[in-house]
Amino acid sequence: MMVAALESGSVIDHIPTDKLFTIAQLLELENFKEEVVIANNLDSQIMTRKGLIKIAGKFFSEAEINKLAVVCPNIRLTVIKDYQVVEKRQVTLPDTLTNIVKCANPVCITNNEPMKTVFYRMDTQTLKCRYCGKEQKLKDIKLK
Amino acid sequence: MENRSIVSIADYRKDKIQYLLDMAREFETHPNRELLKGKVVATLFFEPSTRTRLSFETAANRLGAKVIGFSDPKATSSSKGETLKDTIKMVSSYADVIVMRHKLEGAALYASEVTNIPIINAGDGSNLHPSQTMLDLYSIYKTQGTLENLNIYMVGDLKYGRTVHSLLMSMRTYNPTFHFIAPKELEMPEEYKLYCKQNGIKYIEQQDFTEETIADADILYMTRVQRERFTDLMEYERVKDAYVLKANMLGKCKENMKILHPLPRVNEIEYDVDDSKHAYYFEQAQNGLYAREALICDVLGITLDEVRNDRTIIK
Repeated sequence: MMVAALESGSVIDHIPTDKLFTIAQLLELENFKEEVVIANNLDSQIMTRKGLIKIAGKFFSEAEINKLAVVCPNIRLTVIKDYQVVEKRQVTLPDTLTNIVKCANPVCITNNEPMKTVFYRMDTQTLKCRYCGKEQKLKDIKLK
Repeated sequence: MENRSIVSIADYRKDKIQYLLDMAREFETHPNRELLKGKVVATLFFEPSTRTRLSFETAANRLGAKVIGFSDPKATSSSKGETLKDTIKMVSSYADVIVMRHKLEGAALYASEVTNIPIINAGDGSNLHPSQTMLDLYSIYKTQGTLENLNIYMVGDLKYGRTVHSLLMSMRTYNPTFHFIAPKELEMPEEYKLYCKQNGIKYIEQQDFTEETIADADILYMTRVQRERFTDLMEYERVKDAYVLKANMLGKCKENMKILHPLPRVNEIEYDVDDSKHAYYFEQAQNGLYAREALICDVLGITLDEVRNDRTIIK
């Protein structure tokens, strides 16, 4: 599939095909005014089939990248400026996630007080709430 | 300024625990002092808990501090929708230390982050209750002369019992052997068994609670089996009398064995056990006073040396 090269913006690659639309929703792509390309079921050497999103004029903040990492821990992010790749990196789950994840424990203070949540990465699949101490699996995580 | 709050003692090192035990012992020798004269201790009980509140307030009063606070959240601004942060910030401008109990998990940690004065966690939901753990450790240390290499039998509700979880974690560096005696529905949760494995803590699980099964115990830690914890009430009816300690079960127990219970008890320890030399639960509650005197002083930066050389003792 041929898509015009990006002059400046970001490319999110290696998105699992079942996560593509979750990511699109998370990024609120419907609100973008510049060019957006969403592609799915593309051939991939690493994962057989993959999804991909290209967004013109968009550069992600660390907080946005961390949010992506929670939903899809292994996606690749490429930053392009003047048709040149200026950054290419594997998105990984950070050690600490601040105000990104909602605690699943209804009696956790974070669900009852206007405050930021803090989660610690225990392993690649598990986060732990700083406040109530409850561990949560990444697949069950709800974003704030 | 360093925040000296006590939210949890589960990760305290041995020397810190010993330091607090030594301080509690000083307060047991001389509980009445004017060490905290001029200080104000706030006891904020967003969730009622008469026993814990009275123990903390007695500790503060016996050290000469003034006590302010509330015991019923209905009478406070939190019932009008005030945030915990605002309440804590307001009280922080009046008091030198806040002792707080809250029904929400993590409330004490959050409170300690929004104020410069120390917070003592007097229980946050089913999460942590460090002053209970401290008084349990002090009771064990006092009766056994050590915390090392003890056989600790935990009986009853090991699933929801916050005190047994905290005690288990705080004993990790003392090479204990735990025996978990509980009905299937209330057995020790996997996460705590995993904690034992990760920290090399020996444990044995069993369902039988008899004279024979407790014969080797140094500490018998009883908890209440509560009806509301059971989804299957027939199961409750079956097990409710199986975890009751009776005086005739103490025939084979070790000379040094002591029975602990966080109280209140309902029927899990029969009244004839009270007269046994092994019964220790009322002394345990009294030890709470000394442990809490130590915790209040520690968060206010009063050292063990200062407590030992204290000239304000009232004899």
